[in-house]
Amino acid sequence: MSQSVKRTFAVFVEDKPGVLNRVASLFRRRSFNIDSLNVGATHEAGVSRMTIVCDADEDKAKRIEANLYKMVNVLWVDDITHKQSINRVLALIKVNCNREQRDEVLKICDVFRARAIDMSPDRVTIEITGPQDKVEGLVSVLRPFGILELVQTGTVAMTRGVEKHELAHPTVPASRNSAA
Amino acid sequence: MTPANPKLKNRIGESLSGSQIIWEALVREGVEVCFGYPGGAIMPAYDAMIQYPIHHVLTRHEQGASHMADGYARASGQVGVCIATSGPGATNLVTGIATAMLDSIPMVCITGQVPSQLIGSDAFQETDITGCTIPVTKHNYLVTEPEQIAPTIREAFYIARSGRPGPVVVDITKDAQQKSCVFEWSDEEIVLPGYRPDYAPLAEQLDEAVDLIKNAKRPILFSGYGIIKSQATETLKKFIETTNIPVACTLLGLGGFPATHPRNLGMMGMHGETWVNKAIQDADLIIAVGMRFDDRVTGNLKTYAQNAKKIHIELDPAEINKNVRVDVPIVGDAREVLEALMPRVENCDRPDWLAYIDEIKGGSAVRDIKNLPDLGKLYAAHVIHDLYRFTEGKALVVTDVGQHQMWEAQYYKHDYPRKLLTSGGLGTMGFALPAAIGAKFAEPDESVWVICGDGGFQMTAAELSTCAQEGIKVNVAIINNGFLGMVRQWQQFFYGGRYVATPLLSPDFVKLADAHGLTGLRVEKRSEVEAAVRTAEATQGTVVIDFRVEQEDSVYPMVPAGADLHNMIERPGKPGGSEHNPIFETGKDD
Repeated sequence: MSQSVKRTFAVFVEDKPGVLNRVASLFRRRSFNIDSLNVGATHEAGVSRMTIVCDADEDKAKRIEANLYKMVNVLWVDDITHKQSINRVLALIKVNCNREQRDEVLKICDVFRARAIDMSPDRVTIEITGPQDKVEGLVSVLRPFGILELVQTGTVAMTRGVEKHELAHPTVPASRNSAA
Repeated sequence: MTPANPKLKNRIGESLSGSQIIWEALVREGVEVCFGYPGGAIMPAYDAMIQYPIHHVLTRHEQGASHMADGYARASGQVGVCIATSGPGATNLVTGIATAMLDSIPMVCITGQVPSQLIGSDAFQETDITGCTIPVTKHNYLVTEPEQIAPTIREAFYIARSGRPGPVVVDITKDAQQKSCVFEWSDEEIVLPGYRPDYAPLAEQLDEAVDLIKNAKRPILFSGYGIIKSQATETLKKFIETTNIPVACTLLGLGGFPATHPRNLGMMGMHGETWVNKAIQDADLIIAVGMRFDDRVTGNLKTYAQNAKKIHIELDPAEINKNVRVDVPIVGDAREVLEALMPRVENCDRPDWLAYIDEIKGGSAVRDIKNLPDLGKLYAAHVIHDLYRFTEGKALVVTDVGQHQMWEAQYYKHDYPRKLLTSGGLGTMGFALPAAIGAKFAEPDESVWVICGDGGFQMTAAELSTCAQEGIKVNVAIINNGFLGMVRQWQQFFYGGRYVATPLLSPDFVKLADAHGLTGLRVEKRSEVEAAVRTAEATQGTVVIDFRVEQEDSVYPMVPAGADLHNMIERPGKPGGSEHNPIFETGKDD
């Protein structure tokens, strides 16, 4: 048994009603716990792309992949956990901030390459994009000021370099490697 | 494909109602019989049905319709079709759909839906049946336009029957049935970009399997339902006769490899033969074909077949390493993979391994049936064994779920595929009678026997009325022990003998048959069994036999749920034991 780690799947699906429900239902039914799920359109008409993050060991990851492939509306599944990839979360953080604190907060934003996007006399709203740990880092630094609201997206991820997804079923998934 | 049915006029290009298109599509898919129950949202479809060469069987409950479609599919290998209205009609199908899903049975269920403009308004008889059935179907559809009906039904049949088969629900709104459009039908190959049912085995996996088979000293092959599904019986026989590898069957695999073949050891698992389970634990190689290592087959996974390398030949990649970690997975059709392996395996006699298995069989090679003390009572095992003898092993047997199901698996030897239909995965009580009706429509020349308990029979007994109305003949053997027997057995073994909610009062089954205008018989002694079976076979119309068997008998051997496979509870007083009663010798066990 390999160790359970955070896994990231890029899942290409047909853009049809109910597909999100089917995918979510699969994860629930098989007790695969979703950390985050993001879905949106791609540059190709009729194709949506999901980024699903969940905890799984090597075996479970293969089964998740194989079960996703069993769904008629799923076109392509790519487990990019161990590939060179870019992972991004977007967060909006509204934090207490009076005039005396403003410089400090803006400096913190600089360090994290975050941006202040809204401001009032006693608070500031900050936008940050980056890997999940960077967002968590900013949140922990801002926490002493008093966080009023926080919203964040799930991870969206993409491999580096050019990986051509053919949007058609590959050959036998899940059967190789899994036994190694 | 297109009008194979000469009774069907070519109406391609004409303007037809959605309702007509439903039947156009079904007939073009080869459907001759469907099972269903009408209601508001499906009435337009029913109204159009009479124009088409399809026999509709009116059931007494939609659950019956889904089991009938399932039984039809299991017996014939074709797609079974059931039809129901929206709301309760559709939800009543769900048990049968789940039953078909877990046993990989091809089925298409047509349901009516409230008019599309009412969807989401909690309209009368509205349920979100596509939502409800996502987890228990291979795929499902909601159709709201008449133009979508024909292509959707085509896709549904394709998905249901291809790859690892399964049920598909097509939910059609009432307005889509009522509106008209130009009917179009394509015979071109269906291409679904996200669906690839046909996996070819990889060469390197076959190489590894050949190596393992060559080097194995104590191999055993598991024959599952995939053998039957892929019609691999003859191929498997050749493979086994070359390699002399002993075969163990799953419950659903029974009949896929002849029961009386000298290399067939029998059924494995919770109520499998002791020697089969011991052989599995002692094996150094398992070749699992078309099966999925269900928990009823493996027992405790930590101690399961620890010394065996495992080759898993399976059509569904998602089954690989699901329950048991395997060394060589081969994803592909059972028959194709066996055919690919066949020229590469060597003749082998395996005298040591086969002798060892004979040794662990020992005295129990003849089942304990002969050694039950005869106290003038009727034992279920006797009834089933006698049924096997008097039907010469040729009946198409449909069992329900529980003790009788296990006894049937143990005492009725199936030499041919598709002759035992049983709800293995879901374990659906009430399955037998309706599934047998479906099977009889698929195979009208077969002698169809239902073997069921008094509990399961009463769940769907209303379908006797369907038998009467359709004038069809099935023989129903009720193994009546006055208890929900399997639950009672568990209570006896694991719950301190507290028989909570298991004693069961039944109606007079003979009178019940009579009330339906059918024949009822009662059997209380073993000496009466033969006459009853012969009477049933000779009588026109459905016959119900009430076998009043020993009330508190249990199914042996038994691996308790989650226990080690080799730790089986065996029948007290088994051969050689002090309670052995020689009076009861009946001669040959075949």
